[in-house]
Amino acid sequence: MSQLKNFTKGILKENPVFVLLLGMCPTLGVTSSAINGMGMGLATTFVLMMSNIVVSMVKDFIPDKVRIPSFIVIIATFVTIVQLTMQAYLPALFENLGLFIPLIVVNCIVLGRAEAYASKQSIVSSIVDGAGIGIGFTFALTLLGGVREFLGAGTFFGTSIYPEKFGSLLFVLAPGAFIALGYLIAVINQINRAK
Amino acid sequence: MEYLIIIISAIFVNNVVLAQFLGICPFLGVSKKIGTAVGMSGAVTFVMTLATIVTYLIQKFVLDPLSIGYLQTISFILVIASLVQLVEIILKKVSPALYQALGVFLPLITTNCAILGVAILTIQKEYNLLEGVVYAFATAIGFGLALIIFAGIREHLDLAKLPKGLKGTPIALITAGILAMAFMGFSGIV
Repeated sequence: MSQLKNFTKGILKENPVFVLLLGMCPTLGVTSSAINGMGMGLATTFVLMMSNIVVSMVKDFIPDKVRIPSFIVIIATFVTIVQLTMQAYLPALFENLGLFIPLIVVNCIVLGRAEAYASKQSIVSSIVDGAGIGIGFTFALTLLGGVREFLGAGTFFGTSIYPEKFGSLLFVLAPGAFIALGYLIAVINQINRAK
Repeated sequence: MEYLIIIISAIFVNNVVLAQFLGICPFLGVSKKIGTAVGMSGAVTFVMTLATIVTYLIQKFVLDPLSIGYLQTISFILVIASLVQLVEIILKKVSPALYQALGVFLPLITTNCAILGVAILTIQKEYNLLEGVVYAFATAIGFGLALIIFAGIREHLDLAKLPKGLKGTPIALITAGILAMAFMGFSGIV
C-alpha cells in the first residue's frame, strides 16, 4: 500500500469514530463545541503519532508476553507530556477537556494502533498511519463539535451565526451528543454505501 | 446523609455513562443481550470498587508523600491493569462459578475508561477512603443500571422496522440519547 493511501484511509474509509466506532468516550464527552473537539483531536493525534514511533522502534526488543503493559506505559508517558504541556500553555482548554486528557491512555484507538499496526510495521509507515488515524479522529470530533455547537448555541468556532435563543440547548447537553452522533453515523453509513 | 447524597448523585444525577460519558465502549458493545449486560455490570462493580481503594492508597501513601503527583496517570493505569489480571487469576482459583460468569468481561475492563476515570475523580473530589469506596460502588451501580435498561430496550429494537442507514449503532446512539434525556429529569434532586 502506498503511503498516501495509508494516510488517507483513516480519514473516511476507516475513520476511527464513524466507521470503527472506537474512542467513543472522548468523542461524546468533549464535543460540546468545535474548538474543544479539535483540541482533543489534536492532543490524541500527538499521542498516537509519538506512541506509534516509539512502539515501532522498540518492537524487536519487547518480549511478546509483556508487550501490552509496555505499550500502555509508552502511551501513558506521552499522555502525561500532553497533560503537563496543556496545563501550562492552554489552561482554558485544559479546564474544558478536564478528565478526558488523562483518559487518552485508555482510548482504544491509541492502543489499537500500537498493537495492530506499529508493532509490526516500519517507523515511517507507523508515523503516516498515526497521522492519518489521528487526523480522521480530529475531523470526526471537530465535525461533531461543530454540529452540536451550531444547533445548540448558534455559533461555529465561537462566531455567532444566529441568535442563541433560537438554538436548542439540548444539543450542548449530554443527550444531544448521543443523538447528533447517531445521525452523523447514519449519514456517513449512507455515503459509504452509495459509493 | 452525606453518603446518601453521594449515592443518589452517582447513580442518577451524574450517571457515569449517560451524563459523564465514561465507559461508552462497553455500554455500546455488550448491551445486545440482558444476560451479558448483567455479567458486565457485575465485573465492573467488583473491579471499580477494588481499583478505587488501591489507587486511593497509592495516591495517599506513595504519590503524595514523594510529591510525584504527575505520575498519577501512569501509575494508576498500571495498577488497574495488573489488578484486573490479579482478580482474574484469583477468581479462577477461588470461585470457578463466578469466574465463569464474569471471566470473559474481565480483560475488557482494563480499557474501560470508567474505571480509571472514577479512580482519578475520587482523588480530584478529595473524598476520604470511605466516601471514595461508596462513590465508586454507587457509580458502578449507576453504570449497571444504565447498561441493563439499555440492553432491555435494544432487545426490543431488534424487532423494530428501521430505515437501513439507522440500523445498528446509529439507532442505539439515538436511543441512548433519549435515555440520557430521561435521566436528566433527576438533575436538581441533590
